[in-house]
Amino acid sequence: MGFDLLPILLSTLIAGTPLVYAGLGELITERAGVLNMGVEGTMVTGAVVAFAVALTTGNLWLGVLAAMAAGALLSLLFAVLAISFRANQLAVGLAMTIFGTGLGSYLGRPYVGMALVQDATQAGGGLAQLPVIGPLFSAVHPLIWLSWILFAAVWYFLARSRAGLALRAVGEAPTSAHAIGYPVVRIRYWATLFGGAMSGIAGAYMSTVYASLWTEGLIAGRGWIAVALVVFATWRPERCIAGAYLFGGATMAQLFAQSAGIGLPSELMSALPYLATIVVLVLISRDASLMRLSVPASLGKPFNPQG
Amino acid sequence: MPLPETDPGRQFRLELRGISKSYPAVRANDRIDLTVAPGEIHAVVGENGAGKSTLMKIIYGMVRPDAGDVLWNGRETQISSPAEAQRLGIGMVFQHFALFDTLTVAENIALALPEKLPLKAVAARIVEVASRYGLPVDPGRHIYTMSVGERQRVEIIRSLLQKPGLLIMDEPTSVLTPQAVDTLFVTLRELAADGCSILYISHKLDEIRALCERATILRGGKVTGVCDPRRESSNAMARMMIGADIQAISSARTVSAGSERLAIHNLSLPASDPFGTTLSDISLSIRGGEVLGIAGVSGNGQQELLAALSGETMFADPQVITIDGKPAANLDPRQRRAIGLSSVPEDRLGRGAIPSLPLSENALLTNGGPDSVRGGFIRLDKVKAFAERCIAEFGVRGGTADSPAGSLSGGNLQKFIVGREILQAPGVLVVAQPTWGVDIGAAIAIRQAILDLRAKGAAVLVISEELDELFEIADRIAVIASGRLSPSVPRGRFDRDAIGLAMSGQFAAASNRSEASRVHSV
Amino acid sequence: MSIRFELRAQPSRTMVWLSPIIAITLTCCVAMVIFALAGLEPVSALATFIFSPLADLYSVGELLIKAAPLVLIAVGLAVGFRAGVWNVGGEGQLILGVIFGGFIALTFGPTGGVWVLPVMVVGGAIGGAIWAGIPAFLRTHFNASEILTSLMLNYVAQLWLSYLIFGPWRDPAGFNFPQSAPLAPSALFPTLIDGTRANASILIALVAVGLGWALMSKSFVGFQLKVTGLSEGAAKYAGFSAKRAVWIGMLAGGVAAGIAGVGEIAGPLGQIFPTASPGYGYAAIIVAFLGRLNPIGILFSGLLMSLLYLSGDVAQMSLGLPSSITGLFQGTLLFFLLTADVLIHYRLRATSAAGAPKGAANGL
Repeated sequence: MGFDLLPILLSTLIAGTPLVYAGLGELITERAGVLNMGVEGTMVTGAVVAFAVALTTGNLWLGVLAAMAAGALLSLLFAVLAISFRANQLAVGLAMTIFGTGLGSYLGRPYVGMALVQDATQAGGGLAQLPVIGPLFSAVHPLIWLSWILFAAVWYFLARSRAGLALRAVGEAPTSAHAIGYPVVRIRYWATLFGGAMSGIAGAYMSTVYASLWTEGLIAGRGWIAVALVVFATWRPERCIAGAYLFGGATMAQLFAQSAGIGLPSELMSALPYLATIVVLVLISRDASLMRLSVPASLGKPFNPQG
Repeated sequence: MPLPETDPGRQFRLELRGISKSYPAVRANDRIDLTVAPGEIHAVVGENGAGKSTLMKIIYGMVRPDAGDVLWNGRETQISSPAEAQRLGIGMVFQHFALFDTLTVAENIALALPEKLPLKAVAARIVEVASRYGLPVDPGRHIYTMSVGERQRVEIIRSLLQKPGLLIMDEPTSVLTPQAVDTLFVTLRELAADGCSILYISHKLDEIRALCERATILRGGKVTGVCDPRRESSNAMARMMIGADIQAISSARTVSAGSERLAIHNLSLPASDPFGTTLSDISLSIRGGEVLGIAGVSGNGQQELLAALSGETMFADPQVITIDGKPAANLDPRQRRAIGLSSVPEDRLGRGAIPSLPLSENALLTNGGPDSVRGGFIRLDKVKAFAERCIAEFGVRGGTADSPAGSLSGGNLQKFIVGREILQAPGVLVVAQPTWGVDIGAAIAIRQAILDLRAKGAAVLVISEELDELFEIADRIAVIASGRLSPSVPRGRFDRDAIGLAMSGQFAAASNRSEASRVHSV
Repeated sequence: MSIRFELRAQPSRTMVWLSPIIAITLTCCVAMVIFALAGLEPVSALATFIFSPLADLYSVGELLIKAAPLVLIAVGLAVGFRAGVWNVGGEGQLILGVIFGGFIALTFGPTGGVWVLPVMVVGGAIGGAIWAGIPAFLRTHFNASEILTSLMLNYVAQLWLSYLIFGPWRDPAGFNFPQSAPLAPSALFPTLIDGTRANASILIALVAVGLGWALMSKSFVGFQLKVTGLSEGAAKYAGFSAKRAVWIGMLAGGVAAGIAGVGEIAGPLGQIFPTASPGYGYAAIIVAFLGRLNPIGILFSGLLMSLLYLSGDVAQMSLGLPSSITGLFQGTLLFFLLTADVLIHYRLRATSAAGAPKGAANGL
């Protein structure tokens, strides 16, 4: 049994990583009081852009950077409408997803059916050549390592830094934050752009590392799961990363079931992450006072600095 | 009117020249001049809607004026943001507080300090300032666990740590008991003695006369006078404030012996919200032709009590609340309205009316009976006619049945809402903060309407944070504190100090005092 | 001189209806840019894109047959959207309509009589209602966000349909293609106009428009839903049940989408495929907003969206562009709509000297 554990852990890690990026990004956005429901669309766009750039230039990291930029750009659009003009955040987020999905499938058309050939050892640069820990770098993609660094940074930012305290204050009571001199709108913009960039990386990871190809159904609701994950995490980064791997495990349930010889329809196994998301949402949301104490109090509510 | 002489050689801490600010519907500030000397306690007086808040927001950098100059220590300045105001040395204590509930006192204050200090150092400075000005506070406590008075203390300490040259206090006493007001004034006088100027915004003339050296009086966005309130009579100031003498309301003060119309029997309700108040063992009874006033500092269970009465909160045991003897605690708001209980919430735009809908549809909000709705369909003509009746009979100005509720002034909308409930001829009316934020004319009209309804034999429950209002209209006053309700005191034994003690939760001390003194105030 | 936005004292009622027209115009501009980038002559390409789907009677029939489900679902969703109930599960609810209706058609169609079609419609409505009822239940009992739950159920429904078509429902005579056996004639909507595929499901959409209008504009229930959507506090105070609003809002969308699903298999498809819906459940969200959540408006926006679907095919055949351009234009349209909606609450103003506090603002 112990022998089988490693590949299972590894595949959970691989499947959970896009949720770590998108989840932590959305977590920061929501902590500032902005509810960006456009993660799915941003991931789709990020996936296409990263794939196209990585394929054309042959450089994975250029693809990732391009996806970050595309994600930030899309979320800038969101920010202008939802933060500056105080449009309904749910509607704009939904529009982002529909727009991003449409954009992705249009831009991605020429790339359907192409494969991105890459070598994980190459992506890790010289690190894989290191003695003892080298194999870890070849087995675990650098984007996974980076996701752990991201987690540490997000955790430190929120729990320990003055800037993180300000961000939380903005999400808690924007009127108060404004009154004591914080630029609420600017802070919300940055939080939204950060979330967009992270969703972009999440998408890039999906097309360039996870699947190494682009198809229209590639993201398959992972952006929405990331949004649900933030609720599940009660807006805390450590629970967010744990939840990401939990959902990663659910995505891989099909493989586990096959290896264990369980004869369930594959469609049922594929539906597992979505069903798990619903169950988990219910379990967390039913505790009204936990939600009240965890949710950033201004989440989804527009703020007018003049009023 | 004689202006108090000002020393021309003295430099003002703050000087405003010709400040104007217009909003799409109103001219909030019209060429306002104002000067504040160092160490001066200066009142800005005016009724609701006179332009006080807009002016303060301009000084604090939250709103940009359309025209006019701001001089800080004699130098022309543009205060473009609150951050800029703080850099200059302008602090503000907000009426509704600018605090973060889930953060601690130290975190709240650290956020506002210009330099980055470890929380321990911040805590040490809090304790230092707190003891210097007699404002005890625990730096480690979370804001949501604190009373309104304690929160105000945190706000004052926060402003003081920024070493302000000018402190703006926006209606600071509206959340305090009479005793706490006295303590606050001691602190403010000490501050002024240390050279800090204070801009004190209020509509309460007696407080201003007790505290301030100079007052600038606003009406309709314009300065109507500058005076020394200690030398001016209240009536003279009131005339400057509202442009006319305050009209008294008329009521036949006979004690009617109606039968019990509303009763609460041992109502207890755990807080549904972690930041809310638990109601414990509340009982009361109101007869027809009687107004019961409930005093208290906000956040002591008023909202929860109102929700329990209106039907927004329902109870399994129907007997907890009876309306005209009928058990009603298990009924929803529409069912309670059907047996004669109407309510007016404190929040006009978020609850009592919907800003974007026309008045006619706002009338339908609580008037969905068979007159307005038949066979599931709305009878538009009837609904409109009812709205027009509310407008005509309650003197609602500035709108027709088709105007959106949000386009009316606070006073007119409140008259409309109160009218909407009273015209449905309720046997029991529950009103929260009936005149909060409305102009004096509207306040008088609303209080008069409440007394007229009482004269017709209805039972009225008024929940108000304004003691003066309750003294004016209530037949009995009870006090709510920390979710408990004190026994009621009849008119004739109203005693400001005893009620003040009760507002801070000392029911026993309050009743001792009331027994001992037997002072018949008002 | 600089242009800036200024809050209006009251929302502009003119802009409410002008905004969709601005959005459509801007989307056309973007379309021309894309055509130009693809090396086409922008104006004539746009003309081809817009007008060629309407060349003949058959095409008009296609326009109607695609508009019918969009209008039907959008009216249902609009009931919820007005009440602040975010049902984004139209796609899954449509698929449940396909599954329930399909089950009835495949089981009773070959032997049954005229009753099969009505039973399919009812079955589809029930299927959609069940799929919408789950998020409604989870929202009213556990406070779980209906956006996320209804969206997750879209994926689950799609996988369920795939399972059926790749498994038990696969046509044995279908050369192993993922499709069901063709539906029996008793399980198909009758054609309305000869020479077209336009069928009686169009009438259902029209009825939905009428019902939706009566509900939303005339009835007290519609008023209660509107109040709930505009102000939770006011609804509580008035005693309008938020839970009831969630149920009505979700079920209206679910029933409509379920019936639309039946309309697809019993209409143009005549057979069940795993891809029974070309994203109608999502597109209907755009239709609802573009039609201002007003059934009459939705009638027009549904026709427009239908045209956009047909144009996508034209783009592929006549212009050499991928048909996925439809999705891009849908998203662009929704984005421009929300952007133009800003003008409902703001007006554009030109100010002198970039917002200096001294200069008075000049209106334009």
